[in-house]
Amino acid sequence: MLEDLFKMVKDRFNEEQKDEAEASAPEIPKDLLFKCPRCQNVFYMDEFEKRKKTCPVCNYHARLSAKERLDITVDKDSFKPFDENMVSLNPIGFPDYEKKIKGMQDNTGLKDAVVTGECTIRGYRAVIGIMDSNFMMASMGSVVGEKITRAFEYATEHKLPVILFTASGGARMQEGIISLMQMAKTSGAVKRHSDAGGLYITVLTDPTTGGVTASFASLGDIILAEPKVLVGFAGRRVIQDTIKQKLPDDFQTAEFLLESGFVDAIADRRSMRKTLSNILRLHNYKKIGANWQHG
Amino acid sequence: MSNMTATQHLEIIREKNRPTVNDYIPAIFNHFTEFHGDRHYGDDAAIMAGIATLNSTPVTVIAQVKGRNLEENKKSNFSMPHPEGYRKALRLAYQAEKFHRPVICFVDTPGAFCGVEAEKRGQGEAIAKNIAEFMTLKTPVISVVLGEGGSGGALALAVCDELAMLEHALYSVISPRGFASILWKDPSREKEAADLMKITADDLYNFGVCDKIIPEPVGGAHTDPAQTADNISEYLISAVERLSKLDIPTLLDNRYKKFRKIGVFSE
Repeated sequence: MLEDLFKMVKDRFNEEQKDEAEASAPEIPKDLLFKCPRCQNVFYMDEFEKRKKTCPVCNYHARLSAKERLDITVDKDSFKPFDENMVSLNPIGFPDYEKKIKGMQDNTGLKDAVVTGECTIRGYRAVIGIMDSNFMMASMGSVVGEKITRAFEYATEHKLPVILFTASGGARMQEGIISLMQMAKTSGAVKRHSDAGGLYITVLTDPTTGGVTASFASLGDIILAEPKVLVGFAGRRVIQDTIKQKLPDDFQTAEFLLESGFVDAIADRRSMRKTLSNILRLHNYKKIGANWQHG
Repeated sequence: MSNMTATQHLEIIREKNRPTVNDYIPAIFNHFTEFHGDRHYGDDAAIMAGIATLNSTPVTVIAQVKGRNLEENKKSNFSMPHPEGYRKALRLAYQAEKFHRPVICFVDTPGAFCGVEAEKRGQGEAIAKNIAEFMTLKTPVISVVLGEGGSGGALALAVCDELAMLEHALYSVISPRGFASILWKDPSREKEAADLMKITADDLYNFGVCDKIIPEPVGGAHTDPAQTADNISEYLISAVERLSKLDIPTLLDNRYKKFRKIGVFSE
């Protein structure tokens, strides 16, 4: 079946190339196809993208960049970023850390693994944070910790709700104990926002693990998760090494968490704006503009 | 300030006879009464908790239990708690808050347990909740790292007003073994990792994470457990006295700022 599909794509590709010069070899560009890491089915990229990068068969919600997430989530032109120029230093003198950061910045156009700011979603004002797994697997170091803390402090001060799209490989090893302390720092800011009566919605996206799961990602008043995403504390490999057994496929998925009682609901990204604005409305946050648009 | 490498400290804290909370609690406190269970799922022997008096002041004690031999270690799961252990700790922390008792935590764990059941019962949620709730617990909280303090599993008992470390104790984002495994895919490079990670009491004091280094007898705590217990006791008595003088809003504000200021970045 898979072979057939590849052949189909190849044929289609070749057909498209017929009229063009014969110079280039008929190779299938990688970005023409999407192979779902959950159900292993293969699709045309355009179909996958039309569905906002969700799998047509199993509805796995694939990883998005922070930019892509912003585009499909907030009202057009409503996003005002916070702390855009904050960059990591090298607290434990980890070899080549600066070089690694620089390379990541060049590749992703990001300064670090989280984008924070203020926005409206269908007219409702909110502070938003989006983690981007393209940047060092969105591990949490000083910059992620500080930006998230400041976002919560801003929201507390301005009586705004906070929505975080989490994704992370965990604490950033290269920053040693400083990265562990970011778990306490962020959780402290979440707690103060909560004690002041603020609403915090967590949206768990692929993958949310380690120190982020063990801090702010698990502290939402309402915790949503995208379908089929990986969420857990310990890595699969670590657990497998501990128990010396293969783990079931659905272990640490959003659905596993729902069943275990740790998420409020599975939320489809294609109706995420509606889901979020509904929740904001039900918490008596007021719309600030009736003329919101979504691009 | 010592000139020892992290690897040398690591060798001392792995000394077979290094004292554990089972040795320290009777030496430091009187009337220790253990309380069990998280009231939800079960009782985790990796965390021992109860009430006692410290120099005649009632306190709540919450401690990660490293075994002194294989049998004890099997019972306490090599000091790697499950979610119910952290939930027991939080239950007793709330109880301490209600009855205005200072909380004293002893940290001694390579990390929270990594397993199927731990995940199913919400290891991440349990740790996160402890971190957030300890941040605003309206009573003094003092944590002492006795041996190894590893990752979120240690931090869940280390959100406090003052963090002390025994002279040879280590406190890190992940165990050196885990660090080597993740970054180099080679756990056998553990010692190299330890020396790179900046995890000694001196390092942590310089980072502003550790507030007090408690001296150990020459050669390490195992050479004179009674003296080590005295040193811990002396520190705890002074810390409880110091922190109890503060009104609660000041105490909590200082606690928030202690963690709020940690981070190394430019903008």
